[in-house]
Amino acid sequence: MATIYIDNTPFEVPTGKNLLETCLTLGQDVPYFCWHPAMGSIGACRQCAVKVYKDENDTKGKLFMSCMEQVRDGMRISIVDPEAKEFRAHIIGWLMTNHPHDCAVCDEGGSCHLQDMTVMTGHNYRSYTFDKRTYKNQYLGPFLNHEMNRCIQCYRCVRYYKDYAGGKDLDVFAAHNHLYFGRAEDGVLESEFSGNLAEVCPTGVFTDKTLKQHYTRKWDLTMAPSVCHHCSLGCNISAGERYGTLRNITNRYNGEVNGYFLCDRGRFGYEHVNSVSRIRKSLVRSNLPEATDKYTALQAAAQAMRQGRVIGIGSARASLESNYMLKTLVGEDNFHHGVSDAEHDLIELSLKILKESSARTPSMREVEKADAVFILGEDLTNTAPMLALAVRQAVRQEPLLEQVSKANIPVWQDAAVRELVQSDTGPLFMAIPTITKLDELATQTYFADPDAIARLGFAVANIIYPESPGVRGLKNEDMHLAQQIADALMKAKNPVIISGTSAGSEAILKAAANIANALVAKEKTAGIVFTLPTSNSMGLAMLGGHRLQSAFEAIENGYADTVIILENDLYRQAGEGTVTNFLKSCKKVIVLDYLHNQTTEHADVLLAAGAFSEADGTLINNEGRAQRFYQVHPTIEDIQESWRWLGELGTIVAHDQISWWHGYDDILSAIVKEHPEMEGIKMVTPPSDFRIAGQKIPRAPHRFSGRTAMRANINVSEPKPTEDPDSPLSYTMEGYRGQPPSAMIPFFWAPGWNSNQAVNKYQEEVGGHLKGGDPGIRLIEPDPEHKVSFSVAVPEKFEPMDGHLFILPLHHIFGSEELSNQSPPIQERIPEPYIAVNTDDALRMKLDEGQLMPFAIDGQLYQLPVKLSTTIASGTAGLPVGLPGVPFAELPAWAILNRELQWKPQHQTTY
Amino acid sequence: MFSLLRSMWLTFLHAFHKRDTIQYPEQKAILPTRWRGRIVLSRDPDGGERCVACNLCAAACPVDCISLQATEDEHGRRYPEFFRINFSRCIFCGYCEDACPTYAIQLVPDFEMGEYNRQNLVYEKKDLLINGQGKYHGYNYYKVAGMAIGGKDKGEAENELPPVDVKSLIP
Repeated sequence: MATIYIDNTPFEVPTGKNLLETCLTLGQDVPYFCWHPAMGSIGACRQCAVKVYKDENDTKGKLFMSCMEQVRDGMRISIVDPEAKEFRAHIIGWLMTNHPHDCAVCDEGGSCHLQDMTVMTGHNYRSYTFDKRTYKNQYLGPFLNHEMNRCIQCYRCVRYYKDYAGGKDLDVFAAHNHLYFGRAEDGVLESEFSGNLAEVCPTGVFTDKTLKQHYTRKWDLTMAPSVCHHCSLGCNISAGERYGTLRNITNRYNGEVNGYFLCDRGRFGYEHVNSVSRIRKSLVRSNLPEATDKYTALQAAAQAMRQGRVIGIGSARASLESNYMLKTLVGEDNFHHGVSDAEHDLIELSLKILKESSARTPSMREVEKADAVFILGEDLTNTAPMLALAVRQAVRQEPLLEQVSKANIPVWQDAAVRELVQSDTGPLFMAIPTITKLDELATQTYFADPDAIARLGFAVANIIYPESPGVRGLKNEDMHLAQQIADALMKAKNPVIISGTSAGSEAILKAAANIANALVAKEKTAGIVFTLPTSNSMGLAMLGGHRLQSAFEAIENGYADTVIILENDLYRQAGEGTVTNFLKSCKKVIVLDYLHNQTTEHADVLLAAGAFSEADGTLINNEGRAQRFYQVHPTIEDIQESWRWLGELGTIVAHDQISWWHGYDDILSAIVKEHPEMEGIKMVTPPSDFRIAGQKIPRAPHRFSGRTAMRANINVSEPKPTEDPDSPLSYTMEGYRGQPPSAMIPFFWAPGWNSNQAVNKYQEEVGGHLKGGDPGIRLIEPDPEHKVSFSVAVPEKFEPMDGHLFILPLHHIFGSEELSNQSPPIQERIPEPYIAVNTDDALRMKLDEGQLMPFAIDGQLYQLPVKLSTTIASGTAGLPVGLPGVPFAELPAWAILNRELQWKPQHQTTY
Repeated sequence: MFSLLRSMWLTFLHAFHKRDTIQYPEQKAILPTRWRGRIVLSRDPDGGERCVACNLCAAACPVDCISLQATEDEHGRRYPEFFRINFSRCIFCGYCEDACPTYAIQLVPDFEMGEYNRQNLVYEKKDLLINGQGKYHGYNYYKVAGMAIGGKDKGEAENELPPVDVKSLIP
């Protein structure tokens, strides 16, 4: 700790930081542009100048860029010094010389860092009277809009895009005052994290194109804290609504999970909520017209329930509350997980490993701090994108820790640090089926089939800790690689092992567990991370339930005849024939969902469920962190949360437990009572009767406009604002104006800080945790008492089969996930279906790139164009999962190749 | 007594004064041009809608009686998809006019807006938009803004240089 004097007031501050972040942490307002807490300082914009005095007798002082100056004990500085203030006003005057007169038509206006800083420095009138520089814009794809005239040359975009996120196709061109930030030519930005440019850019050069389709200023949005539903990581988001439609997603800082950034799937996938295939009214198929009101639909569902023996199928994309409600309604014995059986086993295994392993599962921030990473079988960029970004940081940071501390340079001195480190990266080993975007950073990449990956993993564990079983018949070079990985992991202080369910191999998970346990046995603080298929896979596994297959059997054997399907398209979980048979043999099918799909077509009663922005609930992410998402806006009466539908259904059929539950908190209490290990979920957020100074927390900013005109076209008399019985948030702008508890911050705003950069006022320390702790409660911690056992299930070597290919699942960030596939901007980025075949195999089969290859998996016929791959192992092939036009198959699986296979064009429904 | 007589005298004198009362509605009041009355949306000198749907009027409105939705034409010109003022709430404070960066929204000297049915006081864009420039002549926002719209490409606005040639090294 050091003492510094800011304008003669002493402050106790930690050392090692720069002056700018220290001032911001202390709540002082210092304007800045080029500095970003996640990217460090380069001192390019000169905006953060402050006066620094030599000692207490020095009255003159010198101007210093606060972002480039390290905190020293006894330092005396002044922010309000007239000379410093004038300097800053001049700087922004110069930065603004070419800035266009655009605020009125600029999407950034109202949440613009440049506006905030201009007001903060008091630069009111332009003294520059000459002509302004202009630029042509570029087309950058469906996510971002480009308006280069507005650029102030702070370099944040390229520093983020290239250095932080590893993008290749955004750069700075030209020289002197002609600098151009863009691509070499028009085209789609390739990075999966490009959307963050909209928030990284301090002004409106890069703006959210999806927001532009239905533009709303930040002050007009009704916002609520939410959690991303598009993968298992559970990044925190803030969703904004106006006039009944969802308008945009912005980052909601969580120091432990997503930090300052989001991936493009998470940021732009929200449009599925506004999609034309939304279910906006409940349907009863026997009625005419089918679309009906809530009460008729409930009565029809209740009647079906009374007359039949009911089973329930849950969902990994539905909230914990909805799944629990269904489980209670149909009874524990009749509750089935709506995930494919292979996936079910993998998730159960992951949960078991995380519970029993002696290694802890780290949060994403902890992954960023890892000094050695070993990835087994996961294409992180496509299955858990933000984790890939975290791994990238870990690999970038590792050399810093060592070299930079030796060279006596502070870590935040970005330019100097980059110069010193050059392209040096930390140890990252990857054993994966085929090329991924992280390969470029890897120390060693090992492309192989899942069995070989698992065998390598087992070998590494065996080398680290000989009690872990060894692998017989491993090739010399593989043994050498295993030795290299083991050495790197043993050398590291915080090694992290990353694996997951996407490869579809239990052996890989077990191998990863063995490595982590072996490292812990050697007294290392190793971490183990598993990525899971869906947003609430972990929650569903913790809740417990039967397999999907047993649901099919229950109907087939006549044990039951009616099924309730909760937010689940079964055609994505099991083969088409099986599901159609199953749905046809049910007497009544009750479906709750928010998007039309193949399953909802078979529903006898279809209840209109709320999408993530129209529901409250809890998700448990891959780390075991329970996080709450809040309803963003009131919905029309016909749409409500699945758990509320099921609750009302339970009340109508007089269910002896459900009838007694009133509201959200009762459900949470019931879950905790039945599952004591989930006790934490009650502490995730304050209860619904929580108030600050007797007030609720407003979802809308205090400058929310148009309240007396928004609905005036329908009726000039304004209705009473809808009340939210489930949370301490109100749907209006009325309520407590201060900072809410960290788990329920609807948006970041502070006086003078309208942009998302206001987050520094909410943090304990800039770039650190939120005040009051980061949101979410971890439910899984390793048990030090538990006796670790090493898995001995070492798989045999993979043997290719003649006339067959072993099909491995490949994932795509855009296309493999069900919900985001319904979002128009994401749809533009979904690749065409293909089958990735090893070049040698293709040569042998006389197949060329782009030629159609017919094959069959478990009776399901496919005919897809071949994509040659030099990396995928011979005898295997890669099939993209979940893409529109690629029917479900449980992967990995053997495919029968037969050039004579009759390809019958199959009926395909696209939504 | 004196004061009583004086008052009567003064009152009597008023009978010969010029009348302040006007015979409204037969005779209309002459209102100053800066009178804050009915709100209109004006057009720029080229006949295009001046409103660019920036939402500042709505934000400035103390009774929140303005609501609108921005949209764009195919050439990037922004305009309000709908623009609604609930005059049954409006207090004619004129803040919207002050906030407007394009002189689009203007308060004009007209107060005759009485309605028997309150619902009729909800004015949509078709009721608000006039065919002229209103009080402020000659201003065309898009001529000074940097965005390209149909008929005005980059570098063609007032006080703008032609677009930078990125490939040139000449200063």
